[in-house]
Amino acid sequence: MRLSKTELILLGVAVLLAAGGFIAPQWLVFLLTMALAKAMVVQGVVMQMRAGLVTFGQGLFFCVGGYAVGMSGHFLDITDLAVLLLIGVGAAVLLAMLLGLLMTRYREIFFAMLSLAFSMILYGVLVKSSALGSTDGFNVKAWTLFGWTPASGQAPLALFVIIVACSALLAVLLHRYSRSSAGMMCEAIRENEVRVEYLGQSPRWVLYMNYVAAAAVSALGGGFMALSAGHIDPEMAYWITSGEFVFIALLGGTAHVAAPFIAAILFAVVRTYAIELVPHSWQMILGFTLLAIIVFLPKGLWSLFTGQARRAKA
Amino acid sequence: MNNSKKSMLKHPLAFAITAAGLALSLSAGVQAAENGKFRIGIVTFLSGPAAGPFGEPSANAAKVLVEGLNKGQLPAPYDKLGINGAEIEVVIIDEAGGAAKQVEEFRNLVQRQKVDAVVGYISSGDCLAIAPVAEELGAMTVFYDCGTSQLFKEDKTPQYVFRTSLDAAVDNIGAARYLAKVRPDAQKVAGIQQNYAWGQDSWNDFTHSMEQLMPKAKVVESQMPKVFQGQYGAEISAISVKRPDIIHSSFWGGDMEALVLQANARGLLEDATAVLTCGESAIDRYKDQAPNGMIIGGRGPFGAFAPDNELNRWFKDKYVAAYKTAPTYPASKMAQAILGLKHAAENAKVESGKIPAPLEIAKAFKGATFESVSGTVQMARAEGHQAMQGIAYGEYNYDPASKKGSVQNVIAFAGECVTPPDGTTALEWIKAGFPGAQCN
Repeated sequence: MRLSKTELILLGVAVLLAAGGFIAPQWLVFLLTMALAKAMVVQGVVMQMRAGLVTFGQGLFFCVGGYAVGMSGHFLDITDLAVLLLIGVGAAVLLAMLLGLLMTRYREIFFAMLSLAFSMILYGVLVKSSALGSTDGFNVKAWTLFGWTPASGQAPLALFVIIVACSALLAVLLHRYSRSSAGMMCEAIRENEVRVEYLGQSPRWVLYMNYVAAAAVSALGGGFMALSAGHIDPEMAYWITSGEFVFIALLGGTAHVAAPFIAAILFAVVRTYAIELVPHSWQMILGFTLLAIIVFLPKGLWSLFTGQARRAKA
Repeated sequence: MNNSKKSMLKHPLAFAITAAGLALSLSAGVQAAENGKFRIGIVTFLSGPAAGPFGEPSANAAKVLVEGLNKGQLPAPYDKLGINGAEIEVVIIDEAGGAAKQVEEFRNLVQRQKVDAVVGYISSGDCLAIAPVAEELGAMTVFYDCGTSQLFKEDKTPQYVFRTSLDAAVDNIGAARYLAKVRPDAQKVAGIQQNYAWGQDSWNDFTHSMEQLMPKAKVVESQMPKVFQGQYGAEISAISVKRPDIIHSSFWGGDMEALVLQANARGLLEDATAVLTCGESAIDRYKDQAPNGMIIGGRGPFGAFAPDNELNRWFKDKYVAAYKTAPTYPASKMAQAILGLKHAAENAKVESGKIPAPLEIAKAFKGATFESVSGTVQMARAEGHQAMQGIAYGEYNYDPASKKGSVQNVIAFAGECVTPPDGTTALEWIKAGFPGAQCN
């Protein structure tokens, strides 16, 4: 397997980021961990955006990933991080394989609404399950990795290094996926679905596979979120959470695999400082940020890097 | 196409530089100054549905109290300047956004803003999520409002986490005890709760308490509309046809006011007596829209149920002067948490003007007995980390002449009467018939 230049740079940034974790203040390490976990879910949203589908229900798989991790720890006494995350991804893939059969028959607003509906069904079910703490949710048990237990206070940093490694791997895979024929096909479907069919391809099965893959990636993010925050609640499947993922996806743009990561980190930084500086109206700062991006960078933050913005202005 | 391919190769480098620059500027920019002030992080709802009824009064109470403390205006034993002679500085944070975000912001408060203590949290989910993080970071944390019984069941050996508010079970045990005194002949009980953890737990605790205290009363109807529904026409009809004597509800905030308004307009509250465990928070807003005799609680001896002591008089006067309305129960609870923190910090045996370490504050807080706007508070449960206080219920009464609502026929129950002892859960204690309860 030969790595392209972009992939090498992605891996290089990941190594730098992981090394930076050892000198950065602990709150920043934690903030970045949460941002990267969110970025994984956003990757799932972006994967579907590239195929022309906007999902307002990616929180469904985020939540399934998180709850699968939390419940496996509580009821099955599994503490191994790798096993927990695999269970989360597995659960989401199974669900997506089922829902995908229905979802791939819809496009545009119908797809968006149906995805929203499914995540709200999960929310409703969780709110009514008092055994799972209803809206209060429950705390996730501490994790181990292949028999190694992180020392007290070291878990956030260890998890940061793990999530950076996973993100780097994911970025390389998604980068390859977006340039593969399947990835290209998604873009073709967005542009002209009928034509893709005339080429002898089945758009529905391409979208199905894309949907399941996006669910897996999002569930991984949910699993990491559960492990880092140490608590899960039904809010993960709530439409506002899903909306936040779309917000971050728009912030970054769909042009490059790194965009959701950058956008998620920027979102987390803007939000935490907005909360600190204007506690009573921090939502307004976030709103203005998105407005500014839409007005000045319609293709998202990534257009800053491609120079499209400059050319558009000239 | 060619062009974009070329820039593709360049831009990840730009990304790397930007990311590194961002990280550097962040880590360099925010080394909180050790300015010798006692920094308190206040976390409460500043946006969303809980902001109006709970968050704003709490934040206002914190402002009034901290201002008074910094000027040394409070009556004894809180007449010392600030906390232990050090000026108090408040960092206020919005609680909206869910537990995962609160965990992130809690870490930011402790590690970036370097607060000496955190006081806050209304949502039970937030409290459950914050507790293990507070213990991990060794950060002095006082929960001032959340009521979940799960808190010290999950955080089994608390060290840095304290709660100066009461367990939600106390509300409902108290409500049942009040009914047993004032309406011993009630036969039919109905309930309407918001369908989430708070409503489900409240109804559970209440019905089991009623089985023990008023075994003749039967539950005829239970409605669980979703939270923040706002319109309760169908639920009110369903309850009306069962002709209950008592309607119990743990509704809070806008939902509760909407329920009272709608149920009263349909005459339901004329025939049945409503018991609202959180009813006190709207005592200034019901006016004549609520019937006299409606039973309301304030989740402890807070707000309108607070005793008439010197501390409370000072607090009420200052609060009314600043905000033109009397402090409701969330305001009293916030004041109580800050006073408890001050009491502990000043008893941590460090010299005046110095800020004690979290562990020293925690040691002094454990099992402490301190004076508050609600009377004397004993940290007598959960190994000295959970406050024990009595609870009071009363009947709403509106005076058309002065246009003010008040409470009448107030009955207060002692802490030992309504609080489960350590080592047993609230529900077990209720089902066993309240063993060891000492009631007046």
